[in-house]
Amino acid sequence: MATGLLGKKLGMTSIFDEAGDQYPCTVVEVQPNVVTQIRTQDKDGYSAVQVAVGDKKVKRTTKALLGHFEAAGTTPKALVREFDLGDAGKDVGDSFSVTDVFEEGEVIDVAGTSKGKGFQGVVKRHGFAGVGGQTHGQHNRERAPGSVGASSTPSRVFKGMRMGGRTGGRRVTIKNLTIIRILEEQNVVLVGGAIPGAINSMVELLKRK
Amino acid sequence: MATDLTKLVEATQLRDDIPEFEPGDTVNVHVRVVEGEKERIQQFQGVVIARKGAGSRETFTVRKISNGVGVERVFPVYSPKLAKIDVVRRGDVRRAKLYYLRDRRGKAARIREKRQDNR
Repeated sequence: MATGLLGKKLGMTSIFDEAGDQYPCTVVEVQPNVVTQIRTQDKDGYSAVQVAVGDKKVKRTTKALLGHFEAAGTTPKALVREFDLGDAGKDVGDSFSVTDVFEEGEVIDVAGTSKGKGFQGVVKRHGFAGVGGQTHGQHNRERAPGSVGASSTPSRVFKGMRMGGRTGGRRVTIKNLTIIRILEEQNVVLVGGAIPGAINSMVELLKRK
Repeated sequence: MATDLTKLVEATQLRDDIPEFEPGDTVNVHVRVVEGEKERIQQFQGVVIARKGAGSRETFTVRKISNGVGVERVFPVYSPKLAKIDVVRRGDVRRAKLYYLRDRRGKAARIREKRQDNR
């Protein structure tokens, strides 16, 4: 199981390094991750720490989850995940801050739900080049998928044939991103480069194995 | 909330020793250039034809004619590589982006100086 923390993507900006070079970075807010449950080898068959982060209205929380959060002595949280955070001596109700897990300069992975793009064609969805050009009497072929298979043998289209369809809105992990800076008081992490998801969406910061 | 923290991050990047200048102004930009071990200052003087972006991401474009060839350089306003910016001349222009200067040569590419008593 991965080691990591939960955060919220706040947007992108850029930052200058000591040499004066400018780098793009994403601002991620990592509020203290509250421990809501501890999974143990004896009881659950695996060991992990369940953490939760982000505020959620009581009205919009199920009774079951309300009870779970109450047992941990915390307010309802928006996102709950399990991580392998080791035996850090934290108990239910305690919380992990950024510096407990990460340090500046560390290389991490970031996972999140990518922006939904709706029903898209094969050019955007699978990177097809389209079939033809605009001249020589051609029309409406520019973003077409081309052939999807042979004729009477096999007289069907193979499963998994890449076609148009719902694009984005799925889990995406971006690997090898550097933590450029950690602003401890603000609970903010600056991650080099872009990360999946829209502004204000939740992301997982994951330690590299 | 979200934008507040992003702005805060940007605020740490800003410098307060950058003079005010606008498109149309002629500036002399002193750039720190590192060559191997040594660092020296390179100057680039020309007309500011655009300022783009906001916060720490703001850039400006300087255009000059060098050996009869138009040269443009884009600098981040708050880059630590900029040693100094001298405003040589204030220009009187009517738009924010002076891209039309690219199509002009010599006399036609002149910019009137701003009158001091109007400022």
